[in-house]
Order: sequence, then C-alpha cells, then structure tokens
Amino acid sequence: MSTHTTVSEKNATAELGFWMYLMTDLMLFASLFATFYILRVGVADGPTAAEVFDINYVMAQTLVLLASSVTSGMALVSMKFSMKKQALVFLGATILLGVGFLALELNEFIALATEGNSWTTSAFLSSYFTLVGTHGLHIFIGLIWASVLFVALAKQPVVSDNHVRKLSLFTMFWHFLDLVWIFIFAVVYVIGVYA
Amino acid sequence: MNVFDFLIGRMSPEYFPSDPATIGAAIGMPLGVLGIAALLTYFKKWKWLWREYITSLDAKKIGVMYIVVALVMLIRGFADTLMIRAQTAIAANGQQGPIDADTFQQVFTAHGTIMIFFVAMGLMFGLINVALPLLIGARDVAFPFLNSVSFWLFAAGMILVNFALIFGGFSAGGWLGYPPLTGLEYSPGPGVDYWLWTLQIAGVGSLLSGINFFVTIIKCRAPGMTLMKMPIFAWSVLVTTVLIMLAFPVLTATLAMLSLDRVFDMHFFTSTGGGNPMLYVNLIWAWGHPEVYILVLPAFGIYSEIVATFARKAIFGYKTMVAALIGIMFLSFIVWQHHFFTMGAGANVNAFFGIMTAIIAIPTGVKIFNWLFTMYRGRILFASPMWWFMAFVVTFTIGGATGVMMSVPALDFQVHNTMFLVAHFHNVIIGGVIFGYFAGITYWFPKIFGFTLHEGLGKASAALWQIGFILAFLPLYALGLMGAVRRIDSYTDPSWQPLFIVSAIGVMVIGAGIFAMVLQIAVSIKNRKKYVVGGDPWNGRTLEWSVPSPAPHYNFAITPIVEHQDQWWYEKEHRQKNKGVLTDIEMPKNSPLGFYIAIAAGLFGFGVIWHLWWLVGLAFVAIIVLVITRTMNDDTTYVITKEVLADEMGVAA
Repeated sequence: MSTHTTVSEKNATAELGFWMYLMTDLMLFASLFATFYILRVGVADGPTAAEVFDINYVMAQTLVLLASSVTSGMALVSMKFSMKKQALVFLGATILLGVGFLALELNEFIALATEGNSWTTSAFLSSYFTLVGTHGLHIFIGLIWASVLFVALAKQPVVSDNHVRKLSLFTMFWHFLDLVWIFIFAVVYVIGVYA
Repeated sequence: MNVFDFLIGRMSPEYFPSDPATIGAAIGMPLGVLGIAALLTYFKKWKWLWREYITSLDAKKIGVMYIVVALVMLIRGFADTLMIRAQTAIAANGQQGPIDADTFQQVFTAHGTIMIFFVAMGLMFGLINVALPLLIGARDVAFPFLNSVSFWLFAAGMILVNFALIFGGFSAGGWLGYPPLTGLEYSPGPGVDYWLWTLQIAGVGSLLSGINFFVTIIKCRAPGMTLMKMPIFAWSVLVTTVLIMLAFPVLTATLAMLSLDRVFDMHFFTSTGGGNPMLYVNLIWAWGHPEVYILVLPAFGIYSEIVATFARKAIFGYKTMVAALIGIMFLSFIVWQHHFFTMGAGANVNAFFGIMTAIIAIPTGVKIFNWLFTMYRGRILFASPMWWFMAFVVTFTIGGATGVMMSVPALDFQVHNTMFLVAHFHNVIIGGVIFGYFAGITYWFPKIFGFTLHEGLGKASAALWQIGFILAFLPLYALGLMGAVRRIDSYTDPSWQPLFIVSAIGVMVIGAGIFAMVLQIAVSIKNRKKYVVGGDPWNGRTLEWSVPSPAPHYNFAITPIVEHQDQWWYEKEHRQKNKGVLTDIEMPKNSPLGFYIAIAAGLFGFGVIWHLWWLVGLAFVAIIVLVITRTMNDDTTYVITKEVLADEMGVAA
C-alpha cells in the first residue's frame, strides 16, 4: 500500500487498528457489565453478593494485577532505551504476576463452586462467572502473548523497532485489561457487596 | 462416561434427516460440491484456485469470493422462500401443506439467517472489498491478512449453516432466536447450537472486517483526499464500520451468553433461576437495529456513485449526504426498543423510541431527495444499474412509509408480529439493500473482469424483481391488517388464501428475476470478447475508473494525487494528467493461514454443537498456534520495483 512506505506509518496503522480492536472489546465487556448489573438481583435460591465475596481477597488480587501493569510499562520503557536484559526481567515479572492473578481468581472460582455456589445456581452467579471469567480468559491469552514475546526477544541479539512495536501493542492490551478490572472491582465487588 | 461417548459427543444416527424434502437437499448439496470438485480436477484448476483465490490477500479477489458465496446462498435462501410460500398458498382450511410444522419453522429460521448473514452481509463486504480501496486511491486494505481471515470465517459460518441440513437439523426459533424458546428446556437438540455458532463465527469475521475497513479509510487514502473529498460510498462505509465496531461485540456477547445457558446450564435468559428472557431481546436488538443500517448504508453509498455517474452530474448536496449518514449513525442506536413495543416497557418509553424512530425518516428523506435532485436536469443514461436504482426509489420509499407507520406504538400494537411487519422489512431490505448491491455488482463488474454484463438481461432481471416484489409483498400488508400473524404454516380463514396465492406467484416472478441474473452472468462470460471494455466504460467520476480494467492487483501503478472531489472527472474535463510519480511499491505475499484459522474456528463451533470437547480443545490450540505463527513471521511482503511497473504500463521509468 502506498502509505506504507515507512516503518513509522506502518506502526501508526497497526496502532490505530489495535485501538479500534480494544474499543470493540470494550463494547463486549459493556454488554457483560450491563447484563451483570441487571441480573445481580436475580439470586433465586442462591446467595447474594454480600454473602459470597470477600473484599479483602479481591483487593489483594487487584494489587497483583496493578503491579503487573507497572512492570509491563517498565518493560516497554526499557525496550525503548534498548536495555534488553532489563526489559526481559520486567516482562518476566509481568508474566509471573499475571499467573499469580489468574491463580488467585481460579482459587476463588473453585472455592465458590465447591461450596455449592456454581454458575448453575442463579442468574447472578451465571453473570458473575461469565463477566469475571471473560476477563480471566483475556488475561490467559495475554499471558500466552507475553510468553511468545519473551522467547522471541530472548533469542534476538539486538532490539529492533519491530520488537518495540510488538511489545507496545501487548502493553496497551495489558493496561486495557487492568482498566476493565478496575470496573469489575467497582461494579461487581464494591457495588455488589456494599450497595 | 466411556471413551466412545467422549469421542462422538451427542452425535447419533437419529439426527440424519427423515422428511423427503430435507433428504433430497441433504443428498443434492454434497453431490453439487463433489461435482464442482470433479470439474476442478478435470480442468486441473486446483492449484490455480489455491494460488489465485484461497490464499490470495488481494481485496478484489476476496471481494469476488464474498460475492460468489452470497449469490449461491441467495439461491439457497430462495429455495427456502419457495417452500414457505408454497406452504401458505396451500395449507388453508384444514388442507395439508407440503411440509410439516417443525420443518416449516426450520425453513423460515434458515431463510432469515441465510439472507441476512450470508447474502446481504456477503454482498456488502464483497462490494466493499472490490470497490473501496480503488475509490480512495489505495493499493490494498490496511490489514490484508486480517481481511482473508474475515472472509474465511464468513465461509466457515456458511458451511456450518448448510451442514445443519445434512446432519442435526437447524434452529426452529426464528432468525433472532428468542429464549426461552431457544433455551435448553424447550430446544434441547443441536439446531439452536448450529444457529448460534454459525452467527458467532461469521459475526467475528464481520467485526474484524469492520475494524479493517475503518482503519483503511482513516489511514490509506490517496494523498490529498481529505475526508470531505471522499466519494459518498467511502463515507457510507466509514459510518457502517463505526456501527459494526459498536454493534457486533454486543452480538458476540449475547450469543455467547445464550450458548452458556445451553451448554453449561447457566441462567441468563431462562425463566427460572433468576434469569431474564427480556434482557436477551434488548441485547439482541441493540445489535439488530444498527445491523439493518449496517446493511443499507453501503447500498446508499453505491446509489450515490451510480446516480452521479449516470446523470453526468456531481452528487447533489454532498455535505447534507454526509450529515445524513452521520445522523443515521447516531439515531440507529436509540431506536432498538421499537422492535418490542408490545412487551410492556410503558407508555413513556414507547413514546421516546417511537419519536426517535420517526425522526430517522428525516435524514433518509434527505438522501432520497438528494438523489432525485442529482438526476434533475442531468443527462441521464438509463443503463441497467439505473434500473435497479429506479426500482429502489419506489420500493424503498413505500417501505420507509410503512416503517414510519409502525413507529407509532398505538398502530404497532395492531400489526406487531403480523405479515404487515414481514412486508415492511422485506420492502426495505430487498428494495434498499439487495437492489443496491445488484446495482453495484453490475456497475463494478467490468472493473474487476474487464468486460461488462449483458445489459438487456440485467434490465430484465431488475424489472422481474420489481414486479415480483410488488406481487409477493403488497398482499402481505393486506394480510397483516386482516390479522395474519407471521410464521404461520396453516390458517382457517378462507379469505386469506387468494392473497397468499398472489404472493406465491410473486415469488415465482422473483425466481424468474434470479434466473435472468444467472443467465446474464453466464451469457456475459460466454460472449465476454464482445463485451470487453477499457478502463472507463461508464464515463465515471471517481478514481477506480482511472486505472485499466481489469484493475491490476496493485490497483494503482502510480498513487494518484487528489485535489478535487470526483478527481478523475476533473482530470478528464480539464485534460490534466495526474501528478503522482512512479515509485517502488510493497505488496502482501499470499498466505494460507487465514484459511487454516477459519477451518479451526469451524471445527471449534462444530465441537461445541455436538459436545465434542476434545475437538473444541484441539481447535482452540490450533487457532492460537496459527495466530502466533503469523505474528512471528516478519517476511510477509514483497516489493514491485518501479522498473517492472513502468514495463507493465508501457512507459519509461
């Protein structure tokens, strides 16, 4: 394509495309949020939000995810200064924190299900598992993405513009998931427990 | 659970079709596919097909594939129409119709699903792919590989919907599948799952296309082409892609939730367990109403190009055209509740949505008048695309008027879910969408293939469609007012039968129109030497007519510099040459990965439909591996040097 003559223009196109993808993903989450908000009162014979959520546990989970967002940003900054080793360390830390977050979430899901409060119990729990689980699935895919980038970067002797671009897209994705989580924290847990 | 059950999920021989009509189709369809495969083998065309189409990332080739699939699906959807209207023409006063009630329900569900998702959407994306990059002076779309993924996901959905006929049966829940009817309790079989995964896979393809074309328009326009110098068609696509990006994720989420209800026994839309079926209706129409504008706006864009070209005048009221498009874009998101005025949202809510709905008639009316004023005092050439346009103006205006009638909640309470509604939406979708895309195919055909379509047969097809349309649908308005509800397979009021018979005759006239079109394509291909044309067969106005026909795979050897709206017309009028200069260009290499990703996605859907969890897992891993393979490949383009380009153009570099 004619306008694709320079690397920076190519990057700008890819970046706009990725922003647009994030906006569509936001609409997907918006649908799930709206559904949760409407169905949170549909508890049927099951428990209410206040009965099943432990806000301190979720707070810890949130801090782990926020920390991973910071390290992913640090990885990108390191890349821009061509500090490969440092970038790898921060990217590795991001992956570990992400895995930790996912483990905490799975632990909460399993605990709920074993107490007899699974997604089949009520509309409230269906929408809860789906909204939070969709976020978790995004985190899972993000972790695969980060791992692939980690391996590719580790193999390369020098940092190229191409790598910076690929990592910057991942970082955008990761920050985006962070933002969605803040809304989950507010709408699902805080409003769910206290309102 | 033993290993065998694990491997076959819930598949069992009882899911093979049992009624004669379906058995015929279930045998005929694979035979047709085998016949095509045999022909390809006989003419040794497999390699050619693989290289030139299946792995191609050229938007024009992808567009042609979309259109071919859509036209084949038009015939499939039309076969459903024939069954529906044969049934309603015969099954009166206790008389037995040709098909049973359950098959009838599957038939109208398949008809709606196929016509919207695989005919209208297919024609739309096909024409956007074919024409949009050329119109804005671009060599390709922003993400050529993603474009290939989109098309093949669309094709995978198409294969699933047709496979349901052979094994499992289709949903009997209508084209929007309202729960609780489509929930686990009332539809436990695989039919609804086929419907869900057909739409889900094709829908993700549409979403990716929406992103792709939005970025293409924003980033890839020829130098000098500001937004307000773009052809109206490009504007209409820009607005449509915004609607796609906002609406399609809602569809994805909604279908996913219904699927979760069915597969994991969740309670989103069940009547028990705190679920809320009304929520589904709201969500699906939050996508569904914008969807009808997604379909029709590019058709409006095509009419704008065609009218300006054949009236030999610049489009009247360019700025109001753009304003109208943007107005429709906003309004289309605040009218969805008019699809269920009767569900009890209350008078105030109904009044708001009723008024918003009626207001949409204003920007749409602006467009209609702009087209008419473009024709006024023009030197109009009534070529076959103009015939489609004339049929559109009449038909669409009637459909728009009945739409405004139904925007009044008090009237809607009378005609809700009756044949009146069926007549209305066919009025706007056939008259607005389908006629527009047929006009577009006729108009841009020479640009892709280098020869025009037979004019006489094109006009005959337009005339037959128009007459057939009037016969088939105007009686339905009367029937709706007489109380005939939609989706009935039999009735006892003898006064309805004559009108249903007229409608069935109209369907046959439309069938003759489809036949004329097939004949037109066949005759034109056979005598193509007679119809060969140069780069500018219609004396066009926009950039696509400045390059040779068929358009080279890189579209423009020299990127055009744009200084005026209707740049090509300006250059012809002022005998100017474009100021662009020859440079090396970068083009995408072919890739089979889009094809493979879609196969994996199709298998994923098939796995969920039949509860083959091993297949779902494998397909999911396959998709991830294929995507990683693509992103890790940095060698995806090649360069055509300016010497080669100059050689092809026959000039010195």
